[in-house]
Amino acid sequence: MNGTAVLHSIIDGVLTGSVYALMATGLTLIFGVMNIINVAQGIFVILGAYLSYALSVHLGIDLFVGLLITIPTLFVVGIVVERLFLTRIKGPERVVMSILVTYAVSLVIEGILNLVFSTNYVELHAWYVNRSVKFLGIYLGYIYLLGFAMAVVLLAALYVMLYRTRFGTSVRASLADQTSAALVGINVRRVSTICFGIGIAVTAAGGMIYGATNAFNASSSYDLISRLLVIIVLGGMGSLGGALVAGIMMVTIEDLVGVVWGPVWSSLSFFLILVVVLSLRPQGLFGKRSVRVA
Amino acid sequence: MTTLLSVDRVSKSFGGLQALSECSLNVEKGSITGLIGPNGSGKTTLFNVITGYEKPDSGAVTFEGAEITRASSSRVFALGVGRTFQITRIFARISVLENMLVATQRDEGWLRGLTRSKSSKSELTSAMEWLDFVGLGRLADQPAGSLSFGQRKLLELAYVLVADPDVILLDEPAGGVNLTLINEIAEKIQSLNRSGKSFLIVEHNMEFVMNLCDRVTVMHQGADLVSGTPSEIRSNPLVLDAYLGGSDEDGEEVS
Amino acid sequence: MLRVRNVWWIVALGALVLFPLIETNPTYTGIGVSALIFMGCATSWNMFSGYSGYVNLGSAVFYGVGAYTITLLADHLNVPGNGDLFWLVPVGGVAAMIVAVPVGLIALRVRRHTFVVITIAIFFVFQLSAINFSFTGGTSGLQLPLIPWLETNYNKPFYYAALAVVVFAVLLSVAVRRSRFGLQLLAIRDDEDRAAGLGVKVFAVKLVGFTMSAFVVGMGGAIYAIFIGQIYPQFVFDPIFDISIALMAIFGGLGTLTGPLLGALVLESTQQYLAIRFSNGSLYLILFGSLFLVIVLFVPQGIVVFLGDWRSRRRARRAEGARVVLGDAS
Repeated sequence: MNGTAVLHSIIDGVLTGSVYALMATGLTLIFGVMNIINVAQGIFVILGAYLSYALSVHLGIDLFVGLLITIPTLFVVGIVVERLFLTRIKGPERVVMSILVTYAVSLVIEGILNLVFSTNYVELHAWYVNRSVKFLGIYLGYIYLLGFAMAVVLLAALYVMLYRTRFGTSVRASLADQTSAALVGINVRRVSTICFGIGIAVTAAGGMIYGATNAFNASSSYDLISRLLVIIVLGGMGSLGGALVAGIMMVTIEDLVGVVWGPVWSSLSFFLILVVVLSLRPQGLFGKRSVRVA
Repeated sequence: MTTLLSVDRVSKSFGGLQALSECSLNVEKGSITGLIGPNGSGKTTLFNVITGYEKPDSGAVTFEGAEITRASSSRVFALGVGRTFQITRIFARISVLENMLVATQRDEGWLRGLTRSKSSKSELTSAMEWLDFVGLGRLADQPAGSLSFGQRKLLELAYVLVADPDVILLDEPAGGVNLTLINEIAEKIQSLNRSGKSFLIVEHNMEFVMNLCDRVTVMHQGADLVSGTPSEIRSNPLVLDAYLGGSDEDGEEVS
Repeated sequence: MLRVRNVWWIVALGALVLFPLIETNPTYTGIGVSALIFMGCATSWNMFSGYSGYVNLGSAVFYGVGAYTITLLADHLNVPGNGDLFWLVPVGGVAAMIVAVPVGLIALRVRRHTFVVITIAIFFVFQLSAINFSFTGGTSGLQLPLIPWLETNYNKPFYYAALAVVVFAVLLSVAVRRSRFGLQLLAIRDDEDRAAGLGVKVFAVKLVGFTMSAFVVGMGGAIYAIFIGQIYPQFVFDPIFDISIALMAIFGGLGTLTGPLLGALVLESTQQYLAIRFSNGSLYLILFGSLFLVIVLFVPQGIVVFLGDWRSRRRARRAEGARVVLGDAS
């Protein structure tokens, strides 16, 4: 271990972590507004990666240009899934049922992806994927830098939408309290559908970067969703800022542990940190302690 | 009369909102004390603080001479302070009778629950007696979630009573129920009071409060404004001001 | 007095006891063994998660601990490959309980939504540890002593051992439902804060329930280990197991007694059948996922409750018919 390696892992962690933060923001937005834990988020990321793959291999469309197609596509897929399945979830065990429904959706998509693309691992390619630039004596992959830039742009766009538009006000009101939001005339149903669409749409971007930096197949979704869930729980479920910070923090720590103690410990550390943090702060790092006194 | 429950200069804030500021209140043994005040004056917060569902920032709560300021909700309940909620809280997916049985264990060690059946004969008898008292005896085996709004209020009252508390805090017992039931609830309270139970009641229905209570405390902006007999309260100009300054609809009820 | 319901239980038990005596095809008795293991696990999962509302999606932790415990013990104690191995099954259950205590101390501190996710995280801690530590044999797994039984009779001892675990799990669930403790779990499900306010020691109750349910799942894992003869981290710490158990209980009817039994029996048999019939894994995933969606969306309250409602509706309709006839007469 040397100083450069540590610095490298920290920078890499922040760059990759921002992409995870983007995907986790989608997940936590869905939970906050809809009270739904979308365990299909992992497979949607992979779906996004495969869409980019298909566009680049068969039509020769650049990965980033392809986002102009894949992001709207996944937005529509999200809306269809929400309308078809999630609107039917009712009753007192809403969160549990949402896990089961989205898990079933995830299984179906996994099966379809396996049929279409087979279970062989693939990777996304473009001229910038394997190039790097030297900075402070460290080689940084173009794709990591581009991914970071993309995540920053999309997160900024998301925040502008949430904090500067009328629709954003409705979303934040629904995040705070659905019942009150409905009482002041917000169409919570429509807000939910659109939020689900947005929450899924960001996976197209995340998936493209994931696919360009990892070999993947459909079953990579399990690893992804467990990480994303850890991030949103740590950030405090429903907290957008929390997901952002926790995403960057966790991936950085994971990379760092990998360099310091070896790769065996890095994924373990990811889950152990969650366990330790939650035993000290049950509400997560940024979540508010829920008070439910009538 | 001796003081059973006493709140001494209790304060509580949520972020920037001062819900209670130096609020004091006494409930005498054997009395029915009313607690009124405009919406947002801190009545429910005071209930939560007394019963251990929220912790105060400062001040003291004493019950029968012992301090219970930061005691847990179960501890407060075990000592003999029962309460109902403004939005009724019953256990919706177990039966009416089982709701009663949940409350019959107010100071039992947790390990005993494992080894014993749901209820002893005496607990079952007293649960049924209290259900009959509030008129829900014939619904004992129904899931509690199938009860009407008014029946839920009665069930919540009954399961608090089955634990035999010394003082019962009622949060809007007459809120949202019809006139017949209001009178019925008032009668139950009076008959329980005659048998030695003390009450602290938050209520917006002024007629209900003025007819039932021995003493009334008026809260305003998180503090106790004035305490006295119902007739003293009625003629106190401060009270009218508080209500008119607070919320119009409540003001009309006073006049 | 023998009530109709009790008669049905006896008939069902009798059928399960007789099944391997009548059906000797090892393929089917093998499906029987795994169905029974899942029935036991789902019943005991339901005893905690169904009653308390705290959905545990990490029950494979207990399953895996049971499996590894029996494998490592058999090795250390030099237990020969015969029926003696079964005596170690309860030890697997106890090991799972011991693990459940610290896991519960951490996971049960959080509210139920977070609980779901933290159980998943703890599950991955165990899976990754099993892959990475050397005493577990890593990804190459561990072998159990070979049992030299004939193929035609090989499944029977496992079948009856698993059946015994199912009976135990059912009796335990009944006892819990009838106890004060079970009532407290149900009260926690309906309104935890209020239950605490009424003197229920909520944390202790949850922890005890969680630990008790680990026992049966641990025994299930132990039986599975000796049945299969070798274990791998990804098969005994399997995320599909986590979700299957929950699905079976919910499909049957969360919080009911017969629900998890029926759910596990139907789903595990279907799953095995689909896996054999559609050896193409992708088609199998699509079919199973779609079936799963149909169940969750259209019978969300579980088949037991659904059938119960349907029966009472039909009875009500019949009663109404009778009333109409009476009305005409009067």
